[in-house]
Amino acid sequence: MKKLESTLLNMVLALTGVAVIMGGILAYVNHLTEGPIALQKEKILADGIKAVMVCDNLTVAKTDEVKQNDAKGKEMVYTIYQVKDAQGNDLGAAVESTTGGFGGDLKVLVGFNPEGQILGYTLLEHAETPGLGAKADKWFQKGGKGDIIGKTPSEPLTVSKDGGQVDAITASTITSRAFLLAVNNAYNAYKATPATDGETGATKQHN
Amino acid sequence: MNYISIIKNGIVKENPTFVLMLGMCPTLATTTSAMNGMSMGLATMAVLICTNFVISCMKSVTPDKVRIPVFIVVIAAFVTILQLVIKAFLPDIDAALGLFIPLIVVNCVILGRAEAFAAKNTPIASLVDGIGIGLGFTLGLTLLGICRELLGSGSIFGLTLLPETYNILLFVLPPGAFITLGFLIAIVNKLRGN
Repeated sequence: MKKLESTLLNMVLALTGVAVIMGGILAYVNHLTEGPIALQKEKILADGIKAVMVCDNLTVAKTDEVKQNDAKGKEMVYTIYQVKDAQGNDLGAAVESTTGGFGGDLKVLVGFNPEGQILGYTLLEHAETPGLGAKADKWFQKGGKGDIIGKTPSEPLTVSKDGGQVDAITASTITSRAFLLAVNNAYNAYKATPATDGETGATKQHN
Repeated sequence: MNYISIIKNGIVKENPTFVLMLGMCPTLATTTSAMNGMSMGLATMAVLICTNFVISCMKSVTPDKVRIPVFIVVIAAFVTILQLVIKAFLPDIDAALGLFIPLIVVNCVILGRAEAFAAKNTPIASLVDGIGIGLGFTLGLTLLGICRELLGSGSIFGLTLLPETYNILLFVLPPGAFITLGFLIAIVNKLRGN
């Protein structure tokens, strides 16, 4: 078959045509996958909240966005999910907190009981090195070497290298520090918000 | 040309990883485990088959001087489609490879095959070439992933084979990728009798 000549008109037509067709296909696929992608995100978050609160039957009573300056004065945004169990008892809250890890943003979801004790945590997003920093998903869990479950970060948690009580992941001190910072920030953000029950919380949330 | 020989060509004679040495960036970056390597290989193969076919279909209406931009638009569109589909239906793979999927756009294997094969052959032959080269790429990445995972984390496809004391951390890190790839290329070349 003879090839189309490379005249200006042909080139413009070919490129425009391809771009328009491909754009159309993309728009269609985007439309098809929009729903499932949003669902996946919600599911990951819902599963995460259940996992960190160590409770299967719970409802998210209230979602707060808290802006707070971190230790370096940078403004960070935390999302706090106030959680109640099936009987309406206050279980505490799951707090979403982001810090800079070794390979990129480290997004952690931490569960606190009303007293501020850590119930559990999960990594929502991270780009840490597999085999090293990526071990953070198990390392700080109950029974792991750097177990932080049950601790209360009223005194900031730090790795033992910095004089703290938590063992850092072998050869991944940067990830460990970033992770603990995320947990400490989450705790501070949680403590700074009023509890779900009581008039203070209710009156404050009339927006 | 017969189709079996096109497939064999892609896997053995023109293996993109060990012979053509194309697409080294994803090869080195994603093969930290066998599973990651294989997923990346399969994702690339899916894109390659689609782009090879479509580009071959369009070859007579693509003026020569704008063929590269046209190829890139087609490739970018298919990669984005793949990314959306993975995000929507395969969240585990998205968590492991999400970052690398957009990079398939600039993977030389894909543009290279569009230019070297799809632009000169029939759509069906191009599709078969996509399968062959894709399989070759997947095989290369999986093999590299298996070696690195075994030496670095003591497991294959997540199945632990060696105790933690025998793990050589280096192989999971970037330098390990270069070292392993070098040895594998040497072994493959020896086996091919060069």
